[in-house]
Amino acid sequence: MTREIMYRDALREAIDEEMANNPLVFIIGEGIAERGGSYKVTEGLLAKYGSKRVRDTPIAEAGMIGVGVGAAIAGARPIVEILYVDFAMLGMDMLVNQAAKFRLMTGGSGRVPFIMRTQGGTGGGVAAQHSQSLEALFYHIPGLKVVMPSQPADAKGLLKYALRQEDPVIFLEHKHLYMTKGPVPEGEYVIEFGKADIKRPGKDVTIIAWSNMVPRALEAAAKLAEEGIEAEVLDPRTLVPLDKEAILASVAKTNRVVIVQEAVRRGGVASDICSIIQEEAFYSLDAPVEIVAGLNIPVPFNLELEKASVPQVPDIISAARRTLHLQPRAIAAQ
Amino acid sequence: MSASAKGANAPSRELLEKLFRTAYKIRVFESEGIKLYRQGLIRGYFHPYLGQEGIATGVCAALKEGDYIASTHRGHGHCIAWGADVKRMVAELLQKETGYCRGYGGSMHIADISQGNLGANGIVGAGTPLGVGAALANQIRGSDAVTVTFSSDGGANNGTFLESLNLAAIWNLAFVLVVENNHYAVSTRIEESTRDTDLYKRGLAIGVESHQVDGNDPLAVYHLMKDAARKCREGKGPILIEAKTFRHMGHHVNDPGKYMPSEELAAWKAKDPVDRARAALTEMSGIEISQIEAIEQEIRKEFDDAVEFSRNSREITIEEFQQFIAAY
Repeated sequence: MTREIMYRDALREAIDEEMANNPLVFIIGEGIAERGGSYKVTEGLLAKYGSKRVRDTPIAEAGMIGVGVGAAIAGARPIVEILYVDFAMLGMDMLVNQAAKFRLMTGGSGRVPFIMRTQGGTGGGVAAQHSQSLEALFYHIPGLKVVMPSQPADAKGLLKYALRQEDPVIFLEHKHLYMTKGPVPEGEYVIEFGKADIKRPGKDVTIIAWSNMVPRALEAAAKLAEEGIEAEVLDPRTLVPLDKEAILASVAKTNRVVIVQEAVRRGGVASDICSIIQEEAFYSLDAPVEIVAGLNIPVPFNLELEKASVPQVPDIISAARRTLHLQPRAIAAQ
Repeated sequence: MSASAKGANAPSRELLEKLFRTAYKIRVFESEGIKLYRQGLIRGYFHPYLGQEGIATGVCAALKEGDYIASTHRGHGHCIAWGADVKRMVAELLQKETGYCRGYGGSMHIADISQGNLGANGIVGAGTPLGVGAALANQIRGSDAVTVTFSSDGGANNGTFLESLNLAAIWNLAFVLVVENNHYAVSTRIEESTRDTDLYKRGLAIGVESHQVDGNDPLAVYHLMKDAARKCREGKGPILIEAKTFRHMGHHVNDPGKYMPSEELAAWKAKDPVDRARAALTEMSGIEISQIEAIEQEIRKEFDDAVEFSRNSREITIEEFQQFIAAY
């Protein structure tokens, strides 16, 4: 049985079920208790689990992330909610130098089952300090798992899995996805990390996308279908670990690839996936890999400029057509 | 203090001996460790705790099994006072498989989670939020464990000092922040780092019970910590303790510490915490000098045995390494 629920409700179900399962799961963040969080993900949890396990914090990201990491090292299962991924920058020492390093530094005896839930991306007219897609920063740091669900069912299953494994997880939601709906199975289930999902099967070109770029890729695929082009939309769901096998299998089938990321292009995850494909699937390719990514700029406030800064559906369609040699390759604008 | 101080509240022989043993063990570990470093047997950094032994000694003697500590880059003393196995410590410094971190961490990362040691830390000040986190975990699981973070005058100027102590305060956590004020952040004097050099006042400013103590007096540190731990277990935490002290040498083995005024250094050396622990033991317990010499000999032998053990231990293999990192 499945039902249609919102992304934010799916996240809440995951936290709720795991808090019921394990008394060591707790959540802290700004305005998450009485208020239920800016995106209503934690609504009702205070009433159900009490103020010991659902706590508001002062605006002190380095402190709260660090406290979460310490609690995880000491055996609890913290979720630290950070309002915007942009604000996580204040806690980078705790993520990069503490959480990510601890397992190796201790020779494997220390584990850090810590989760930072936060959200990023454009779409709210909230300008440069509230609109970033920063997954590449975390992707670059060995020791961190990076999760970016695009649909409610994935959000729930991945968050539940995160709460049962032993490594620090950067769980990146998207501000534009909280109120999107999708089918979510009834009952308990988890989704393991490192398993990509084919959101739409196709044979002509593979579109790799994650987070809010998945709905855009699906929209592009629907329009491409009207032209007779069958695009396969592959959502890695977790960037670390990355399901390389699924990517290579899809490339072997379609021989053409478009990688879409909302984050700025420079030093991005798309470039890294592209390098993997050229190293391991070069002879499968019938066209150069296309990357559709954000411009290498801070996100502007003006709506039209904001849109121009990140991939839109027509950009994805054009890129797919280029891989099929249906339109000339563009010269990079930036 | 003289023998006449004996009374109902006089420290027991057992306690005095424990304090001396710990302080002396740290002294031996650091002094002999420096020799190993200079022989080229230890790579990387080595930050000696020489001169500060009184703090770890007094603090850890006042804690009990099930409690937690978080340490610093200058962490050997905290580990030893916490009861760490000297064999496994030396083995770690010598990058052996038998070390606490199997040679993956080295001097700045010795940890033993199973015993509540959250680890030394290469980032100054980082142990404060981690310690508060452990205290939070213990509150959530309903444990009465106390967590102590050792920080410093250097660490006190990091933003997480205020952020995490404040979190501990609003949540009444069983957390004690021990600020080892050795007057130098690497080579920068405390007077150049802050206007008010009495760091305990920073706790008072956010409503945290705070004290100052002579960090070179292990017994005074012990009594203060004992009281702080009791209050924490009664739900009256957190508590801040500023312990004034002074290093006996530079920031690390290869820092000659020429910026430390020789007269000031001499004055602090006259208040040597190991000498004071020994004096307290002899004056208050009536122990024979020969017995003290026997204790010293025993501790020196323990260190020598640890070196022998470590030299005979193997290093991790590349195959084991590859297996370990597969999860990354």
